[in-house]
Amino acid sequence: MSKKILIADDEQNIVISIEFLLRREGFEVLVAGDGEEALAKVRAEKPDLVLLDVMMPKMNGFDVCQALRADPELSATRILMLTAKGRDTEVSKGLGLGADGYMTKPFSTKELLAEVRKLLET
Amino acid sequence: MKATRQLYRAALLAGLFVLAVVLAAATLMWVTEADGSGGGWSAAGRIFVLLLLTLAGAGGAYLVIAGCYTRYVNGPLRMAEDLAAVTTHSGLRLPEPATPELRALGQAANQLLAARDALERDVAERVREARASLEEERSRLAALMADLSQSVVVCNLDGRVLLYNQRAKQELSAGPDGSNGELLGLGRSIYTVFDRALIEHALERLQSASRDADGEAGVDRKKLLGSAQFVTATRAGRLLRAHMSPVLGSDGQPGAQVGDLSVTGFVLVLDDVTSTNERHARRDALIQSLIEGGRGPLGSLRAAAEMLSDFSDMPAQQRDRFLGVIRDEASVLSTQFETAAAAFSNDLRERWLLEEILGAELVEVAARRIAERGNAGQHKLAVKSEQIDEGLWLRVDSFGLLQALSYLALRLQDEYEVREVRLSLQRSGHLAQLDLYWTGTFLNNEAAMIWLQDPMNIGGESSPLSVVDVIERCNGEIWFQRERVSHRAFFRTMLPAAEAPKDLPRAIVSAAEGERPEFYDFDIFHWSGGSHELDDRPLAELSYTVFDTETTGLEPSAGDEIIQIGATRIVNRRLLRHECFDQLVDPKRPLSQQSVKVHGITREVLTGQPVIATVLPTFHAFCADTVLVGHNAAFDMRFLQMKERQSGVCFAQPVLDTLLLSAVLQPNQNTHRLEAIAERLGVSVFGRHTALGDAMVTGEVFLKMLPLLAEMGITTLRQAREASQRTYHARLKY
Repeated sequence: MSKKILIADDEQNIVISIEFLLRREGFEVLVAGDGEEALAKVRAEKPDLVLLDVMMPKMNGFDVCQALRADPELSATRILMLTAKGRDTEVSKGLGLGADGYMTKPFSTKELLAEVRKLLET
Repeated sequence: MKATRQLYRAALLAGLFVLAVVLAAATLMWVTEADGSGGGWSAAGRIFVLLLLTLAGAGGAYLVIAGCYTRYVNGPLRMAEDLAAVTTHSGLRLPEPATPELRALGQAANQLLAARDALERDVAERVREARASLEEERSRLAALMADLSQSVVVCNLDGRVLLYNQRAKQELSAGPDGSNGELLGLGRSIYTVFDRALIEHALERLQSASRDADGEAGVDRKKLLGSAQFVTATRAGRLLRAHMSPVLGSDGQPGAQVGDLSVTGFVLVLDDVTSTNERHARRDALIQSLIEGGRGPLGSLRAAAEMLSDFSDMPAQQRDRFLGVIRDEASVLSTQFETAAAAFSNDLRERWLLEEILGAELVEVAARRIAERGNAGQHKLAVKSEQIDEGLWLRVDSFGLLQALSYLALRLQDEYEVREVRLSLQRSGHLAQLDLYWTGTFLNNEAAMIWLQDPMNIGGESSPLSVVDVIERCNGEIWFQRERVSHRAFFRTMLPAAEAPKDLPRAIVSAAEGERPEFYDFDIFHWSGGSHELDDRPLAELSYTVFDTETTGLEPSAGDEIIQIGATRIVNRRLLRHECFDQLVDPKRPLSQQSVKVHGITREVLTGQPVIATVLPTFHAFCADTVLVGHNAAFDMRFLQMKERQSGVCFAQPVLDTLLLSAVLQPNQNTHRLEAIAERLGVSVFGRHTALGDAMVTGEVFLKMLPLLAEMGITTLRQAREASQRTYHARLKY
């Protein structure tokens, strides 16, 4: 059974590429355009991995991350945070709040894929 | 007196002696007669001869004695008087005594006088030399200070200003609207210009920096004085970077002890960094916007490009979508560059100077501050620090960070009755992790989020900033987290770790350095500070604001208004002619003809001047911490008090009235008009009937009164007020 991945990002132009890439790699891909939608879709669809952008409307990536980690049922969901800021302190905040990985834009799609695979294997 | 009595005694003795001789002669004559050998003298003839002899003898004796008196008694007495006269002034000599016996004594006395005069001249010369060299040093320093592009202010530990330069006056006295509020002045509190907590925090850092330096070996202890830096905004909105260094006292002077050294005050050197900071901030923001703003579009661009090249077999429709992304993002990036270039000329958010501070020191101060504040409440709050990385340096706005930590800890105490908080500081890679944690009590994420975003309020002191603002300013992040297993909750702050600063500038300043004559008064160092009630302070030691107003008329209750306020200050018995308040006020009503005749101020001059509601708060700040002095002050005070509600300031200072004091000093005079008093006390009057002119005359008059009051035993404010009150009542009874 193919793994399910949720892309939570309001930036349509990056979603196009990631969605295309992940589908080509055989994953089942869901997309959410803001923080609240992301949270709802995670709860409804229980994806294996969430690619979570920090800067999103309605609810930012940190808050979504914190909410997900507060829910014991979702403890198996892996979280990979994507950010356009890339300050060290921000990275450490994401990891502190329970994210499993962190990538700063712009990233190489190969590295992203490698990171996704790594997180889904463990 | 004594000599005269001696003379009488001598004369009496001489008389008795002559009488005895005459009696003896007479007896001889009588005996000769009885022998019968009488030589033809009749009895009456004999008596006549005897009387003549007696008178001649007595007269002769008187002449001899009077001569002796003049020579031996009166001579020395006159000499004593002469001596008393010549000793009062130098350069005088005794006149040559008439008698040879006194001549030697006179010479000896004159030699002594000459020696004394030489000594006096010598001392005077030394004093003059010393004063001249001091003057020279002072004017050299004054010139130096005047040329400084930095502001310099020297204060004692109570925050009283002892010295400032022209630059400081320009920069710190300006009010929010650019008006000159005269906030800086001798003997004034620096806290009218700067936040008290900010200065105290800097002083605390100064002392702990000095203590740290104490441990280093091989350095002169005297040079082991730390310095502190902070950045603050003036009322006029300028950003200043302040460098604070301690002033050392001489032995025996009271002051705070740091090691062996006694600190009696501090020097603030202030740089206006508004423009520098603005420039830096603009550049930083530009770079920031290019970097952070560029990441997103670049990310999309790169991903799309990689898809196109990695999967060249994709259908045409998909290819077009990716090409569309590339077109889109390229245009977004172009716009961003344009915006960034335009933004270069715009002002962006203020950037605060961050300073290097030893992390352990920050935690120690935070723990102490939290405990102090926390223990003021009903439940005690214990603060512990553990796992402190001793060698970790931070680059932060330490004042803001301390406020943030105190605010969070105290809010935990207040709202969740937390009794113990702990602080820890650890290195995490090249970041520093500062935790404020506690166990047990539940706090949910939403509440924590609100705490971090609320403006901080600590014990009634509110700050416009939130915790998040402060942490962001330090380039850090803060969040709230709970650990289920250990039942611990914490606010975690990640901050960039800093390099230990290499060489902190250290300054050593002696009390005599750095001043511009009209701007210093080091005697204020010895003031005992505000702990005493003003009432029992000596009159000579108090600071006064001498003021006068001109008005549209004499009836404040009938709508008359102030049109001019003039004031000057007296500090350490000196009238400060350079620290004046002189302000016209638009009364927003017509002037009466009589009043125009008195003050000569016309309607046209007043149009466009500020109104009383904006002038009074500035005047109130000018008067802060002083006793008000006015001539017939009750009149002016009525005008001020009528405006309390409108202006929002209350003039509650003690008030002395030169009119009443004059009545205390000279109760028998008919008039206590200002001119009359000035004339009686020898004060020359000029510029009368301008508020400032009258205030100056009143000030001079008041200064002349101080010693006269002291002669009457009136030396404290309380005594002066009570005496005034008594005459006031006495005058009322007429």
